[in-house]
Amino acid sequence: MIAESGHYALVLALGLALIQSVVPLLGARWRDAALMNVARSTALAQLLFVAASFAALVTLHVTSDFSVLNVYENSHSLKPLLYKITGVWGNHEGSMLLWVSILALFGGLVAAFGNNLPLSLRAHVLAVQAWVASAFYLFILITSNPFLRIANPPLEGRDLNPVLQDIGLAVHPPMLYLGYVGFSISFSFAVAALLEGRIDAAWARWVRPWTLVAWIFLTLGIAMGSYWAYYELGWGGWWFWDPVENASLMPWLAGTALLHSALVMEKRNALKVWTVLLAILTFSLSLLGTFLVRSGVLTSVHAFATDPTRGVFILLILCVFIGGSLSLYAWRASALKQGGLFAPISREGALVLNNLLLTTACATVFIGTLYPLALEVLTGEKISVGAPFFNFTFAPLFVPLLIAVPFGPLLAWKRGDLLGAAQRLLAAGIAALLAIALVLAWTYGGATLAPVAIGLAVFVIVGALCDLAERIALFRVPLPISLRRARGLPRATWGTVFAHAGLGVALIGIVCETTWNSEYIGAMKPDDVARVAGYELKLDGLTQRQGPNFREMLAQFTVSRDGEKVSVMTPSKRNFTTRGAATTEAALLTRGASQLYISLGDASADGAIAVRIYHKPLVLLIWWGPVLMAFGGVLSLSDRRLRVGAPKPAKASSRALQAAE
Amino acid sequence: MMHSRSLLAGIVAITLALGALPAHAVLPDEVMADPAKEARARDLSRELRCMVCQNQSIDDSEAPLARDLRLLVRERIAAGDNDRQVIDFLVARYGEFVLLKPRVNEHTLLLWLTPPLVLLLGGFALWRFGRRKGTPADGEAGSAPALTAEEQARLERLLAVDSAPEQRG
Repeated sequence: MIAESGHYALVLALGLALIQSVVPLLGARWRDAALMNVARSTALAQLLFVAASFAALVTLHVTSDFSVLNVYENSHSLKPLLYKITGVWGNHEGSMLLWVSILALFGGLVAAFGNNLPLSLRAHVLAVQAWVASAFYLFILITSNPFLRIANPPLEGRDLNPVLQDIGLAVHPPMLYLGYVGFSISFSFAVAALLEGRIDAAWARWVRPWTLVAWIFLTLGIAMGSYWAYYELGWGGWWFWDPVENASLMPWLAGTALLHSALVMEKRNALKVWTVLLAILTFSLSLLGTFLVRSGVLTSVHAFATDPTRGVFILLILCVFIGGSLSLYAWRASALKQGGLFAPISREGALVLNNLLLTTACATVFIGTLYPLALEVLTGEKISVGAPFFNFTFAPLFVPLLIAVPFGPLLAWKRGDLLGAAQRLLAAGIAALLAIALVLAWTYGGATLAPVAIGLAVFVIVGALCDLAERIALFRVPLPISLRRARGLPRATWGTVFAHAGLGVALIGIVCETTWNSEYIGAMKPDDVARVAGYELKLDGLTQRQGPNFREMLAQFTVSRDGEKVSVMTPSKRNFTTRGAATTEAALLTRGASQLYISLGDASADGAIAVRIYHKPLVLLIWWGPVLMAFGGVLSLSDRRLRVGAPKPAKASSRALQAAE
Repeated sequence: MMHSRSLLAGIVAITLALGALPAHAVLPDEVMADPAKEARARDLSRELRCMVCQNQSIDDSEAPLARDLRLLVRERIAAGDNDRQVIDFLVARYGEFVLLKPRVNEHTLLLWLTPPLVLLLGGFALWRFGRRKGTPADGEAGSAPALTAEEQARLERLLAVDSAPEQRG
């Protein structure tokens, strides 16, 4: 019953989405408020039905109903409850259901909090949102139905892939989807603007918070995924330039550019045509990511060709939406008036440079990810494009970007004073040079490029602080006045400071981890001692343990430094009986921002076990950086100015408006 | 399939990099005695693809083939090959597919040229755009869209609501 109800709820959601796709548009055309308002009710009802459908699938997984194919293939009655729930989206069908649930959630949010939007804009936005939703409901119902039954229900399930049985699965995919799918709102706003042929600074003010929300989630989602890979994979890598990672990085790069160009549009009414294009591209890249990941085309071009139903369906969705929106753009963009003049050296100019570099970076990831696929399809020749290519091409793009970052906020709108900005960044420049000199002296004879990179990171961080000091007139007026000024600063300004500083923090982590990482690889027997980066790690012994759905072998290490015991670390290897698969559970010991990392290999006949021990200096900064960036995003989102017209202060006015309508 | 990956490929980047077996790339018995040579072997390994894996270098991969390739790289280094000769040897044996950073040739020209071309064309477009904007034809006041009567009324209402509490405070 539950499975059938869930299935039926999804069909009803499709029906609602189809109504929402058409009726509000007709309403907008005939200027009929009642028809336009249909969008609001259908969006909310759609959310209700999709949520019911999702809840049904969760219930089926939690109760281990193995008569449902999806549960049988991805669950096991002995699996801990948390993984029974997260296992819902740990497979193709369930993750697509999560995808549409989040899409419906965003649609519902616009419906619920969009009281302040002009009625016809809201109608258009929700209608476009419903087009996307309809396409994906159809995709799920036709090719990826999670509610299919098995004729002869088996007694036990096949269990979830052990790698996914981790807290990371609870957090990473929902975060990532909130980001990915969140960009659908900017897309819908962009298409709505093109349909209406009208766009202004107010439009940017409505779009920016939604873009910001999506960006915050995507930033955290990517960082979270990276940390998960780091501790779960067992060799301490945290970014692999894998096509799947690239699929999430592309919308992030485009979304970051969009965030900045929307700022120019909001404040200066310039870059409209470009902002609309970016909004379309950002969500198109999200769709492309969904295609790459869901079609199986990455595993192999041939796998895609042998079972093409899903892939072709998503490819079709991709072509219709990207092709359609870009054609609409080509046709209507000229109707959007350009405005807001500015000199090349100005805040706008800096943001344009930001957009140019981020877009190029995005294009680089795009070509690097798709080129091998295209080449193989066209010529049959196989090449690989991996980490060395991306590292090589990204550095020249990010160095100028990072140098420019501190200048942006210090330049005035319209016409800026580069020399003045440089003078105000003097402290940052000096700090950077000092950092370079210090690191060079400390690592004398070592790498030469790394200290310069550290200097660049310091420049970005201190540059962000310089901007802050400038605004509160630090040291130029008495301290209490500066502090009062700091409290009075708009939250968005604080947001910029945190986000930009986060960039520098992440860079320090990346440089330190890649340059001064030390490692020990060896076969160890009990009582053997390994020495890594000043730590002594003694293998105390090996023990066996039975987990809920696995057996594990634990190794205990005593970590000491200068003869004093620091801690105990217990890495393990798990064998999952149902799938016959094994995972390594690395042990991590955090010391400040640095970590010791132990992962186990195979045991040999003579009682020794292969051990890999890493010391990763300042590695945690890699993820603290994005967290700072996201925090900056949250601060910016809480800025009063972005909430003008948002639910609370606008209650009275929106009621007045509805009465007027 | 031993290296079947990624049920969840999309959302979970991690899975892709993982096989069904635990990962522990370079094994203790592979390590070369000379640290300088071992460091060269590691650097080279990061540039070479484990061909049965998805986007993993032989330095990261636990697959038996990756181990064979790692040993081969070390064998060539021990035999006195320089880095270029090692790479050439592997490409001759396994094709261009083994390189994670493809060499520039007629098939990969577009790949290598795209990033600089996008940057140059983008910069050129901006330059043109900036010059056109420099002409005074398009005044700023003229570009502000006029409000419809409905919007004008709404604006006034909003302003009235906004200013009311301020007057009280």
